[in-house]
Amino acid sequence: MQINTPFFKQRAHDALHDANLQKALGNLKAGFPEKRAIAVSRMPEFEELRNQGRDLKNHIMEHLDLYLEQFEAKVIENGGHVHWARTTDDANQIILDICKQVDAKTVTKGKSMVTEEIGLNDFLEANGIQPVETDLGEYILQLRHDHPSHIIAPAIHLNLEDVSEAFHANHHRPKSMDPAVLMQEAREVLREKFVAADVGITGANFCVAESGSTIIVTNEGNGDLTQTLPKTHIVVTSIEKVVPTLEDMTLFLRLLARSATGQEFSVYNTLSTGPRREGDQDGPENFHVVLVDNGRSEMVGTEFQDMLRCIRCSACMNHCPVYGAVGGHSYGWVYPGPMGSVLTPQMIGIEKGGMLPNASTFCGKCESVCPVKIPLPKLMRHWREDEFEKHLQPKAARYGLAGWAFLAKRPALYKPYTRMASWLMKTWAGKNGRIKKLPLAGGWTDWRDMPAPQGKTFMQAWKEQQKAGEQP
Amino acid sequence: MPNRSSGPRVGLFVTCLADMFRPSVAFATVKLLEQAGCQVEVPERQTCCGQPAFNSGDRKTTADIARQTIDAFDGYEYVVGPSGSCIGMLHYYPEVFDPSDRYYQRALELKNRSFEITSFLFDVIGMDSLQEQLKQLQFNHKVTYHDSCSGLRQLGIKQQPRELLAQVEGVELEEMEEAETCCGFGGTFCVKYPEISNRMVSNKTDYISNTGAHTVLGGDLGCLLNMAGKLKREGKTIEARHIVEVLAGMTDIPAIGEADYDLAQQL
Repeated sequence: MQINTPFFKQRAHDALHDANLQKALGNLKAGFPEKRAIAVSRMPEFEELRNQGRDLKNHIMEHLDLYLEQFEAKVIENGGHVHWARTTDDANQIILDICKQVDAKTVTKGKSMVTEEIGLNDFLEANGIQPVETDLGEYILQLRHDHPSHIIAPAIHLNLEDVSEAFHANHHRPKSMDPAVLMQEAREVLREKFVAADVGITGANFCVAESGSTIIVTNEGNGDLTQTLPKTHIVVTSIEKVVPTLEDMTLFLRLLARSATGQEFSVYNTLSTGPRREGDQDGPENFHVVLVDNGRSEMVGTEFQDMLRCIRCSACMNHCPVYGAVGGHSYGWVYPGPMGSVLTPQMIGIEKGGMLPNASTFCGKCESVCPVKIPLPKLMRHWREDEFEKHLQPKAARYGLAGWAFLAKRPALYKPYTRMASWLMKTWAGKNGRIKKLPLAGGWTDWRDMPAPQGKTFMQAWKEQQKAGEQP
Repeated sequence: MPNRSSGPRVGLFVTCLADMFRPSVAFATVKLLEQAGCQVEVPERQTCCGQPAFNSGDRKTTADIARQTIDAFDGYEYVVGPSGSCIGMLHYYPEVFDPSDRYYQRALELKNRSFEITSFLFDVIGMDSLQEQLKQLQFNHKVTYHDSCSGLRQLGIKQQPRELLAQVEGVELEEMEEAETCCGFGGTFCVKYPEISNRMVSNKTDYISNTGAHTVLGGDLGCLLNMAGKLKREGKTIEARHIVEVLAGMTDIPAIGEADYDLAQQL
């Protein structure tokens, strides 16, 4: 997928001026966070579950190799295949090879952010295979040649008119603005695709080491049709999704649904354990799991290991005031919001991704709602440290910081300097009590007034007061 | 006037914004601490908490400033400041040092005795010793309270300022929508991403206006300068103040960004 992250500021500017997008973001803000709050309030032990989730994920990351190998052995025992993909290119090639083996013309796809990460759709199309997204949001995006702006509500940036137009242009049916009619239309069109598909590709929310199972969590049921109807099912997922046992998986399912949509449980929780066995009524003949690394193993043992706990619930972006202002496309690559601001520099490089960990006030709301307590602001700060060491920050910011640091480390110089700065600003403001325009501070005064200082610094006034008090 | 009380010796962490922009906030803090029986001193060798360096990824400068602050506040029973954000930064100091560094233990120890002012008054001093003073105050206005991020989520400050305010006669607290959402200040964020910051503070001033409050109160000057500056730019008459101004009975001083006030003539 094309990387537009370096243009974050321009994209954010456009997003702030896009009335339709702003309306959609307003709905998001009122939707998911409120539902999550209700779900959490109904579960007194939720905080304890978060601790358990954090601790269990930490344990898994300490023994990642062990659980992955156990998972692989179990999948093979069940009659399936496991493929290890170190890079996105490796992953795409593996998937293409499997498709070619079964002479696939079309593949249906369940919703998967990892396939966005590896750019699978474009790769398959370039190789003559037609992928069909079956999650309603993803399907709409595919018709519009668009990309997800949110990891669980991919088309959140669109409105009814957009959907209506996309369906009318592609389905050649009368244009409708009735959501129920549009839904039915999508069902009818997709039903044919489900039946015709040679291969079904899904992601996995978790991979269970003890049973060799993968699970997908959906609310539409499209994933079930995607993975049970075609002869071949390919699960494309990433290495940090492994959990030791089925019981461990249920802990994360409880955390995931509540954190994501405020549901107690998602509508469909579908486990896949190998290909169809003798006596099974349905299921694929071939079962493949592609385990994508793409930089994740490099995070193990580093300050970014905590990020591998992420279960992709989207609570961080749902509660993020920056995401809420500019939407997911501003972030310019696959993963938006706070989790994207940590993950993106790892995957595309800090040189291209540096804008994102800086686009945070460190308000900490993301960390406070994360189901596995990832210290997202701290991890964004680590990226800033990486940038600082590599001198990647803009010159003005670096010199400004260096000048300030020089003074802040020298109290004897700092005091006269602050006295002068206070006096200057006070004089500049005159009798108004505030400054409308301040040279070198346009970032502030273009948008808001600068309240004027009171004239003296506290250190100065305090000293004078103490002196006056000592006099007889 | 030097305080001769026998209460705990408290070092005032002035904070750079109170120092430069609103010394009256630091004076109000001193007044509240002295009323609570503390002996207040202002260590000379303090400058800033180091947060701009910390959040810009400059670990070396952060450590230098942390050492300077730890030395400056050596020996005080408590360190108290009028900001959740700056005191929160003091609480991050242990993260700045390797556990083998001799400043690591001292940083931990500083963390344990540093408090934001409303949390110090409510959690350490206790309501029983404060009630009498607070009951004598009057502020006959509808107010709304902005929860600053570091104070709220890092230090757990939510109920303390509200409990203290509730003692002041005439104060009617009307909670705003999304009181716990960031105002968009974020230190250097507001100048690095001014348009996004502007959207965030515009949302905030809308929520403030919707309450019909006469004054918005908060515990951090960064947020207050941001919100006051936006309210003024929007032509709104809602005033912005630090909560200590109300608790210390210093509301005769013009609110943040209001007309001329010359500190030199008031002291």
